[in-house]
Amino acid sequence: MPLALLVICLTFTTSSPPGPALTARVPASLGGAGQDVGRSCILVSIAGKNVMLDCGMHMGYNDDRRFPDFSYITQNGRLTDFLDCVIISHFHLDHCGALPYFSEMVGYDGPIYMTHPTKAICPILLEDYRKITVDKKGETNFFTSQMIKDCMKKVVAVHLHQTVQVDEELEIKAYYAGHVLGAAMFQIKVGCESVVYTGDYNMTPDRHLGAAWIDKCRPDLLITESTYATTIRDSKRCRERDFLKKVHETVERGGKVLIPVFALGRAQELCILLETFWERMNLKAPIYFSTGLTEKANHYYKLFITWTNQKIRKTFVQRNMFEFKHIKAFDRAFADNPGPMVVFATPGMLHAGQSLQIFRKWAGNEKNMVIMPGYCVQGTVGHKILSGQRKLEMEGRQILEVKMQVEYMSFSAHADAKGIMQLIRQAEPRNVLLVHGEAKKMEFLKQKIEQEFHVNCYMPANGETTTIFTNPSIPVDISLGLLKRETAIDAKKPKLMHGTLIMKDNSFRLVSPEQALKELGLAEHQLRFTCRVHIQDPRKEHETVLRVYNHLKGVLKDYSVQHLPDGSITVESILIQATAHLEDQGTKVLLVSWTYQDEELGSYLTSLLKKGLPQSTS
Amino acid sequence: MLDCGLDMTSTLNFLPLPLVQSPRLSKLPGLVLKDGSTFLDKELKECSGHVFVDSVPEFCLPETELLDLSTVDVILISNYHCMMALPYITEYTGFTGTVYATEPTVQIGRLLMEELVNSIERVPKAQSASMWKNKEVQRLLPAPLKDAVEVSMWRKCYTMPEVNAALSKIQLVGYSQKIELFGAVQVTPLSSGYALGSSNWIIQSHYEKVSYVSGSSLLTTHPQPMDQASLKNSDVLILTGLTQIPTANPDGMVGEFCSNLAMTVRNGGNVLVPCYPSGVIYDLLECLYQYIDSAGLSNVPFYFISPVANSSLEFSQIFAEWLCHNKQTKVYLPEPPFPHAELIQTNKLKHYPSIHGDFSNDFKQPCVIFTGHPSLRFGDVVHFMELWGKSSLNTVIFTEPDFSYLDALAPYQPLAMKCVYCPIDTRLNFIQVSKLLKEVQPLHVVCPEQYTQPPPSQSHRTDLMIDCQPPPMSYRRAEVLTLPYKRRYEKIEIMPELADSLVPLEIKPGISLATVSAMLHTKDNKHVLQLPPKPPQPPTSKKRKRVSDDVPECKPLKPLLSGSIPVDQFVQTLEKHGFSDVKVEDTAKGHIVLLQEAETLIQIEEDSTHIICDNDEPLRVPEGRKVKFCCSDAV
Repeated sequence: MPLALLVICLTFTTSSPPGPALTARVPASLGGAGQDVGRSCILVSIAGKNVMLDCGMHMGYNDDRRFPDFSYITQNGRLTDFLDCVIISHFHLDHCGALPYFSEMVGYDGPIYMTHPTKAICPILLEDYRKITVDKKGETNFFTSQMIKDCMKKVVAVHLHQTVQVDEELEIKAYYAGHVLGAAMFQIKVGCESVVYTGDYNMTPDRHLGAAWIDKCRPDLLITESTYATTIRDSKRCRERDFLKKVHETVERGGKVLIPVFALGRAQELCILLETFWERMNLKAPIYFSTGLTEKANHYYKLFITWTNQKIRKTFVQRNMFEFKHIKAFDRAFADNPGPMVVFATPGMLHAGQSLQIFRKWAGNEKNMVIMPGYCVQGTVGHKILSGQRKLEMEGRQILEVKMQVEYMSFSAHADAKGIMQLIRQAEPRNVLLVHGEAKKMEFLKQKIEQEFHVNCYMPANGETTTIFTNPSIPVDISLGLLKRETAIDAKKPKLMHGTLIMKDNSFRLVSPEQALKELGLAEHQLRFTCRVHIQDPRKEHETVLRVYNHLKGVLKDYSVQHLPDGSITVESILIQATAHLEDQGTKVLLVSWTYQDEELGSYLTSLLKKGLPQSTS
Repeated sequence: MLDCGLDMTSTLNFLPLPLVQSPRLSKLPGLVLKDGSTFLDKELKECSGHVFVDSVPEFCLPETELLDLSTVDVILISNYHCMMALPYITEYTGFTGTVYATEPTVQIGRLLMEELVNSIERVPKAQSASMWKNKEVQRLLPAPLKDAVEVSMWRKCYTMPEVNAALSKIQLVGYSQKIELFGAVQVTPLSSGYALGSSNWIIQSHYEKVSYVSGSSLLTTHPQPMDQASLKNSDVLILTGLTQIPTANPDGMVGEFCSNLAMTVRNGGNVLVPCYPSGVIYDLLECLYQYIDSAGLSNVPFYFISPVANSSLEFSQIFAEWLCHNKQTKVYLPEPPFPHAELIQTNKLKHYPSIHGDFSNDFKQPCVIFTGHPSLRFGDVVHFMELWGKSSLNTVIFTEPDFSYLDALAPYQPLAMKCVYCPIDTRLNFIQVSKLLKEVQPLHVVCPEQYTQPPPSQSHRTDLMIDCQPPPMSYRRAEVLTLPYKRRYEKIEIMPELADSLVPLEIKPGISLATVSAMLHTKDNKHVLQLPPKPPQPPTSKKRKRVSDDVPECKPLKPLLSGSIPVDQFVQTLEKHGFSDVKVEDTAKGHIVLLQEAETLIQIEEDSTHIICDNDEPLRVPEGRKVKFCCSDAV
């Protein structure tokens, strides 16, 4: 299966004025991460801007298929010209592993955004991965150390909640995601259209990280991972107890425990867990952490302590949680030592490196145990043993029989179904798009989301485009004079307002009709109506006027009815004057005069007066 | 409310708080007034010709009388020095709003407050002097007490519970984060380059932009550089927190600091550096880190004594994102951004919470001590002033610019110790200000009055003032200033359904108009226009309605008309509609159209039309419409 990109486009069709920019199309097409947990790479087109979200590689492949097929983005022309920016959500290789290949080998010179910790740690992991692939496996046609360095030079580090103006229209903003150190969700915004991409996230705080958080930003589209789409995980406490029990039992009976991990992330979480357990239980069996990354990794955690959870941040001056007493650096020779031990070794999916070496050494002994604390991609040894395979074909046709116990414990900091729903509730998106999950599970979650939130939910396959239509309102400038006139009395009550929209070039301004005339140098054309109404009333003129006045005042309670000193009556701006009929003294003539703008009220008054005055009026 | 600083110069009028009983201070003579009366001799003491209040030191609060602080919605903090009065405001004025500040500002601000509270609370003083504050009494006192302002408003230090309560009201923000306030304005902190987490603020609506520039630096020290570009296009730029020592070059001062320090130590003397626990001290330690080996000072112990010394050194290392580029790069390695980590590791720099405990065992002379408070009125510095003041081998080096060093030293006179004044103030000087203003081009500049004239002591230095066009608007304490701009527009959103219903008309090439009659909804200061509700269907029942039911409920407004009516065309239209007896008369200003049968007269002029009908009311409406259509436009 060729790996393409997941593409999501938010595009607008703008009709010519008057209906200014009314409909927005959000097509989405894609090449990586759709219905698959392999590697993430999503292309979003929003209002003419193209943003690539993550640039991951697939751990399960050793050939071209490990990287996304960037020719999906553009067949001809440079990526730099097509993409406005690239955003990396966190340092896991399935989210950033293809970055040097993409920027240095395929060729991209535009900005790449990530948080500070990601920028710090990402090159370390890339280099580590490169070493395993090139130096150990001897592969060629792979990115070099220099390429990693050159690639990182294109990276712009962002703060949490900082609004980064990529260009005049495109802005992005990072939110805390709690998946690993420095993991972030990103909001991508153009005008009033926006997309939120979660990357991987965790909605429950753990021993070293806080919970993901986003404000009610109401994006048009929320692209969320769905690794654990159907899992409602039992309480974390239970899982931890289970884990500790299994480790403890194995160690007690003299077995060795292998915990394959990635150098940064869950490793620190489990280290904290074991460290406190060892301390409490006063255990003596050695705990090791493989690879030279350990020291370094923990150092990153110390320096980026502001990205950890509140408890660790508060106490770090007194006690730094990342200075371990019981956990020592691992030496390759230790693997053959007799007696129990616990070893954290990289990488986490048993697909290469030290964890795989140790696994091969220990696999044959049923006293030993391997605990897989995270998800394993198809094709990796980790995935194979988790799916029950006990005879593995290794390199050189060698068959490895697995007798050691294999345990899976979900410690990956992904949101479960409950967490995903919670995030949707927080952000209130208008559409949801599921990625980074398995099709069957996603289908289930999709239904749940549609039921509960009544929003559209999409789950595109790799290489598929999803288009989402939005219907944005149009921002215009309203003159403060007009607005104040309308909101002067009771700002909270909705009220009818009248104005003139001036559309010039690309600006829309709503002003009062008078101002519009003035601005455009037009003279007003006054249209006035005058009607004669005959009333039978033998009394004197001013008495008739008074009767009319009282009558109108009684009927038109909500209007301003005034009796002027010159004997005329006004209702709002409508003028009523009474004269005696030239021939018939018993008949009075009422002149009702109004402008076109008062048409309704004027004709209402005329017909009202034609009905005559009520007899009861004194 | 922009910033919430505390004027601590008031403490200079008080006697120092010694950590151990000081015979010298306790023997100071009480004040005898000119007329020989001695009723103040318990409260006021004389030392080398200066008079000091013998009481717990007190601080001068920000103006709180001018307005009701419970009406303040938001306080924006620009740096940790500018938040020291926060507990007084948040806890005692009925303030219920939100305070916004960056994380380093809050963390280090907390350390500064903690140190302040600690150094005052650990030396309980029974006496609290108040008699001298009486206006009648104050008048009789010698300067500077006589001239001290608002003494009745001076307050004792707050407590830690008050500090914690105040800090809990702060909302953390990051640089370039856009924060919506009540839907009406947006505020954004920008890096100001002066201290860890220090910010300038932009306060803007869709059309107006006010920049608040306070405590900014263009020099390269440890914080992230100042963000100047985002200050462009400001309608008003409020400029404050410039350097207190415009004539001193910070780099030169650092050099002088190092050489004086080295000289003293080489001669066997001790060096005392009164300082705040955060800020310039990081830069000084970094300089010393590079300097001590070459100057042969490797064996001289450096002590940093403060209840928050450890926290300050630790915190400085975890704010990588708020640091200058070089320091950020170090964190990527990963290495601590500040070299004082190495000084601590190699035991060259030691830190202690106070002079008691471990310090007394480790203390070796000659040495260099960094400790607070820079006012020399409280904190561990008081002890070392008393201890080392009598020997001319020792040196006190003043680096903090907030206090006059002569005033600070006054209660320690006579003094044999050498005094060196190396104020290091990295904030903007006047040359940098004019460069900045040229760069960002605000329409108006607003600043405190003292920046608009040369300093009183150097009245010929016209270069030591803000020079810009148009000249800055200045303000002084408790003055109300009206900013010179007029708001004209506001944003409003037209819902898509309404937009669809609009009928635009091209009036001039490229300019179209559409009349809009819509429901205006306003919520949280956001305005939205929606389609007006459909007029209710006329009731089908035949029941006679009461007259008042017919009263039009809302006045559906007709558009204004514009243009003129071509008479011939108009007559044709009328005839087409069945008016056979149309007569047209010319008048001076236009025409009169007579419809005899309809008893109607129509006066048509250039910019007005008047329809007068005697009887036949029903005709009026179609005619009106016709007139309208003949008019070229409806606005």
